[in-house]
Amino acid sequence: MATAAVQPGERETYLNRQYGIKSWLLTVDHKRIALLYLMGITFFFFIGGFFALLIRLELLTPAGDLVQADTYNKLFTMHGQVMVFFFLIPAVPAVLGNFLIPIMIGARDLAFPRINLLSWYLYMIGGVMMLYTIINGGVDTGWTFYTPLSTEFLNTHVITAGLAIFVAGFSSILTGLNFVVTTHRMRAPGMTWSRLPLFVWAHYATSIIQLLGTPVLAITLLLVVCERLFHLGIFNPALGGDPLLFQHLFWFYSHPAVYIMILPGMGIVSEIVCCFSRKRIFGYQAMALALLGIAVVGFLVWAHHMFVAGISLYAALIFSLLSYFVAVPSAIKVFNWTATMYNGSISYQTPMLYAFGFVGLFTIGGLTGLFLASLGIDVHVTDTYFVVAHFHYIMVGGMVMAYLGGMHFWWPKISGRMYPEGWGRLAALLVFVGFNLTFFPQFILGYMGMPRRYWDYSHSPEFQILNVLSTAGATILAVGYLLPMIYFLWSMRYGKPAPANPWNAAGLEWMVPSPPPTFNFDEEPVVTWEAYNYDEIKEEVPVAQ
Amino acid sequence: MANNVDALYIFLLTVSALMTISIFTMIIFFAIRFRKRAGHQAEQIQGSHALEITWSVIPFCVFMVFFGWGALLYFKERKPPQNSAEVYTVAKQWMWKFEHMEGQREINELHVPVGRDVKMIMTSQDVIHSFYVPAFRIKQDVLPGRYTVAWFHPTKPGTYHLFCAEYCGTSHSGMVGSVVVMEPKDYEAWMGGGGNQPLAVTGERLFSELGCVTCHRSDTQGRGPNLVGLFNKPVLLEDGRTVTADENYIRESILQPAAKVVNGYKPIMPTFQGQISDEQLNALVAYVKSLGQQPTGQTGGRSMATATPKTQ
Repeated sequence: MATAAVQPGERETYLNRQYGIKSWLLTVDHKRIALLYLMGITFFFFIGGFFALLIRLELLTPAGDLVQADTYNKLFTMHGQVMVFFFLIPAVPAVLGNFLIPIMIGARDLAFPRINLLSWYLYMIGGVMMLYTIINGGVDTGWTFYTPLSTEFLNTHVITAGLAIFVAGFSSILTGLNFVVTTHRMRAPGMTWSRLPLFVWAHYATSIIQLLGTPVLAITLLLVVCERLFHLGIFNPALGGDPLLFQHLFWFYSHPAVYIMILPGMGIVSEIVCCFSRKRIFGYQAMALALLGIAVVGFLVWAHHMFVAGISLYAALIFSLLSYFVAVPSAIKVFNWTATMYNGSISYQTPMLYAFGFVGLFTIGGLTGLFLASLGIDVHVTDTYFVVAHFHYIMVGGMVMAYLGGMHFWWPKISGRMYPEGWGRLAALLVFVGFNLTFFPQFILGYMGMPRRYWDYSHSPEFQILNVLSTAGATILAVGYLLPMIYFLWSMRYGKPAPANPWNAAGLEWMVPSPPPTFNFDEEPVVTWEAYNYDEIKEEVPVAQ
Repeated sequence: MANNVDALYIFLLTVSALMTISIFTMIIFFAIRFRKRAGHQAEQIQGSHALEITWSVIPFCVFMVFFGWGALLYFKERKPPQNSAEVYTVAKQWMWKFEHMEGQREINELHVPVGRDVKMIMTSQDVIHSFYVPAFRIKQDVLPGRYTVAWFHPTKPGTYHLFCAEYCGTSHSGMVGSVVVMEPKDYEAWMGGGGNQPLAVTGERLFSELGCVTCHRSDTQGRGPNLVGLFNKPVLLEDGRTVTADENYIRESILQPAAKVVNGYKPIMPTFQGQISDEQLNALVAYVKSLGQQPTGQTGGRSMATATPKTQ
């Protein structure tokens, strides 16, 4: 058994209460589980990033010369699968959500601490299966597993990859379940629904999608495995199946999955923008409703991935229309963040720089989504680099920016140490510049007609210049991502000790010490204030520089 | 078509750029104007219903223009004109096989005369591919087990890229070809004055070789329905449904005859699934379509030569 490790005179925190590997692997503390997730997620982020760099290097020249065609196909497949299922979907909820939701609502832990631990183990089992797949030679279905290519024509590790995602999916379902129950049942006295931080609302909306959508993906992947193993004719027309059925089922989950990735990011940005503008959020109700609206309408737009796939004219019409409906709440959010800054008292700490970046890049990602929702344009640009650029603006420009912003914002709370602000700002700048240089040229490439997933474009040397720019951007982006990794680790030992509330921020999480004690609150807090009551918060400490 | 798509694209680009610039300007302006400084206090604002409604309704109206314009364009993109020349296309890992109505076959190259509407009737032998000619702004996935259709109207002679746009395995990026648009007289020369058997004639030969003709007689005495004038007509089925006899219906009726049995007939036809190639199937479909073509030219497959040139 791990021994109590608090030194005399030292405050007991969730970090020093116990030491030893067992005290981590068997913990039911949501904060420790969040750190366990952080390690897994960081690991997979760099694996996925490594694949991305190889892809960019291959595309530096038109000819397929760095790797073999099959290898290239595996690289973009595993880049997608690792990033989507092992980084983007779990990252914010499982790390920041896990750590913060109980504290933000004034609870000692999540509703089901053991299920929370189970969900981490499921994530890791899925992760190990994915690693097994990678090490054993990989998989080249594309992250989308389109049939009948995946079920009949490839000789790679489709089954283990599918099952890895299947298992990780349960982790996602359980996390969602935990958050929904926690938000309903564990709020402290006075923490009414209308006082919840938008971060919690965002996770609530996300959890609903995880609960309702993920089982469909699980079933779909099982059907792929069944068709592959037992030649049941489900998706393969040669066996009497229907390949479009697969696409409907796959996108029924995988489109809402985009909102699983982005909604928690929106929650983070709302917290950061309010804090560094010293303001209430503009239109709290509209912001919360917009989150729910996106979650609900997001379930009704999936076939906009299939406008040229062979669906009927009228189905396409309906899905195009509904896609525009989901754009309205997204637009509201952008306008409200901007309005929140109006007449604020704005400072430019690293988290705020990421929030600026998020709003800008999400705007571009969202607007180019309107191009794709427009049927006549989608026919030309779907399955080209235009789509690649669009979804990277949402997922990397949006979600990853928000994740990094959130990590910087709450790092003092999580680790009890300040990160070096100068390095933080530099990294934020590098990420912003590197990102745009990587992905903006891809919009142009797409409209010029470069299809995605092309290993070799020697037939069209006119594509090269933009690809060179893109690869150059990717190297800058890589540096921007490595820096925080290094200085976060550095700060754990050498960073200045963080006060309880280094940003003078509103919210219960800033009223507990940094790092928080194991049970968060010595006594149950009673909430008597609205969220973002920045008018009531005196700036006691100068904001950490 | 390319011009129409570009017009909408430029419109979208302009509106989006205006939105982006106004948002970016506001953010940058606020960030500078309202930066933290001594003596300045943030003003607490709860929100404004009037503003919320304004910036929901105005974008929504703009979005509806995007939607409407895009939808109109899409209807045009998806509906081939009646008198299009037809090219049967079979995609496979990793090549494009084309067959003209005159019987010319091509691989990875498609020759068409300038000024004709060309309708691609496409199917795949294996996985999903996608027929993409960026210059014409058209793309259509090509599926195994059914036909999908795309069309274009080339206006300028030249050689244009043809890409497979749906990931299809190892040599996906090698599944490229070109569409060669020629002046009509060059096209005639390329055709070389015949020597090939027209697709419908190949189909007719198969129709008798495979024994189809014994049941599908051109009178009312056959055990199967008379196919003359069938194409594009409504067909009443055994279960009371009515379907249109399009290419996919004819294809399905050959491969899975029991799926849609015509009212008044018994499900006695054997399946030809796995017994004929996609090319043979195309020929049969072309033949059935050619049966009893109306003099108005409303039905049946047309070749490049007989398709009416469209006046611009």
